[in-house]
Amino acid sequence: MSKYSRRQIITAGLVTAAGGSGLAAAAMLARRYGLIPPDGAGLCGPGETLTYAAQRLLTSHSLAREFSPSQISKKPFANEVAPPTDAFKRLQQAGFVGWRLAVDGLIAHPATFSIADIKSFPQRSHITMVQCEEGWSYIAEWIGAPLSHLLDVVGTLPQARYVVYRSIERDTWESIDMADALHPQTLITYGMNSGDLPVGFGGPLRMRLPRQLGYKSVKFLTSLTVTDNLKKFGKGLGSASPEGGYAWYAGI
Amino acid sequence: MADSVWSPASTAPAQAGAVLPARHSAAVRITHWLTAVAFLALLVTGVEILISHPRFYWGETGNVLTPPLFKIPIPASRDMVPTGYGYVLPDQNGWSRYLHFQSAWLLVLTGFVYLAWGFFSGHFRRDLLPARADLSGRALWSVVAQHLRFAPASQDDAWSYNVLQRLTYLFVIFILFPLVVWTGLAMSPAFVSAVPAAVNVLGGQQSARTIHFFVSILLTLFLFVHVIMVSLSGFGNRMRAMITGRVGTDRERV
Repeated sequence: MSKYSRRQIITAGLVTAAGGSGLAAAAMLARRYGLIPPDGAGLCGPGETLTYAAQRLLTSHSLAREFSPSQISKKPFANEVAPPTDAFKRLQQAGFVGWRLAVDGLIAHPATFSIADIKSFPQRSHITMVQCEEGWSYIAEWIGAPLSHLLDVVGTLPQARYVVYRSIERDTWESIDMADALHPQTLITYGMNSGDLPVGFGGPLRMRLPRQLGYKSVKFLTSLTVTDNLKKFGKGLGSASPEGGYAWYAGI
Repeated sequence: MADSVWSPASTAPAQAGAVLPARHSAAVRITHWLTAVAFLALLVTGVEILISHPRFYWGETGNVLTPPLFKIPIPASRDMVPTGYGYVLPDQNGWSRYLHFQSAWLLVLTGFVYLAWGFFSGHFRRDLLPARADLSGRALWSVVAQHLRFAPASQDDAWSYNVLQRLTYLFVIFILFPLVVWTGLAMSPAFVSAVPAAVNVLGGQQSARTIHFFVSILLTLFLFVHVIMVSLSGFGNRMRAMITGRVGTDRERV
């Protein structure tokens, strides 16, 4: 017992108290400034929260690396997708003229857009990398309309905090915070490498966020919902990914 | 009961009131074990992540349609990877990735505490920086020869690191761990959006992944040799020194 001096015991006590209250204060601030991800509970919640909070504090506005046209992959890899449904095949046969993107939630003007509507928005493109969580990657040019422009058009309300987006594929939906939704490189893409976006790569419409892993770039986009609270969607973890065991924030 | 186990001789220093200093300070002991826990979790989950795509590339990009730099000859946990095996391993990527990044935080935060304390307290200068005389060819060779003869660890070795240990620990602490963290961060699309040089100087994102793999192998080799050396020089004593800080001086190498 006597091997610890009074000074050591007091120091250890002070360090523990300071550490404990520091953590409590940090958690309070993180909650207040929206730095806790929707899957931030659970065993690996602390790690996810540290990652997401660090990225939001340091990289909210940074731009993903862009590449030169000569770096575009000669052999991009279209990941496997579920076999298309009959509804998808019918739309495809008609050249996707009937494809619609429905937008609702915390916006002034709920609306539905055709591909032609989205092509009438200002066009942006970037040559960026698609990185799969498995480890493989490719570089392509992505062409589309900035999500931020669409959010302007529908009159996004100030209390908006997240954008939920869904695929025509069953149970495929994701969400991002406003930092990513308003980010200039976040595009609703309809073109790839100066052509139409092929179905294998998510055509006719794909969400594209080059600062997060490929699974956030949802293929076959059909609807968006602007919200202030992700608890109302699915199991309340933010997207289908955490429900399947994967992190909601995939910028790492 | 304790009296029947401990001979009076072994407790003599304590009885005489000469309390032995701790072999390893509390800071070293705590950060050592936190790092051990983090590293084991990173290793297991790293292997799980690797088997979803056991192919490596050089440069910016790579996928199953492009030629790999090399392949690990194991089955994969995803069916679109051509491995030559007729079956697919269970997919454990989800929780592995969650745990990998949480453990990485533990490793990095522990590392910062250790580095700050190591410089501040003089730990690196005192315990790890080799003496100039020990770096001569002759001195180095005598330690190597000692190891090759499997000579028993001396009493001094229980209290201080020899020059090979010092050089190895410095290499692991100041080269391998920073490199594995750096190459890990270089694979993060959001991190490199803020610090593009982190991946550009490595030659691309796939290069970073490949270097990450090789540095992890070196760290794992270090772990094996480390545990073997601890076992050979007296597992109980060395473990006790790293857990409680105390050294059982007369029971060295039983």
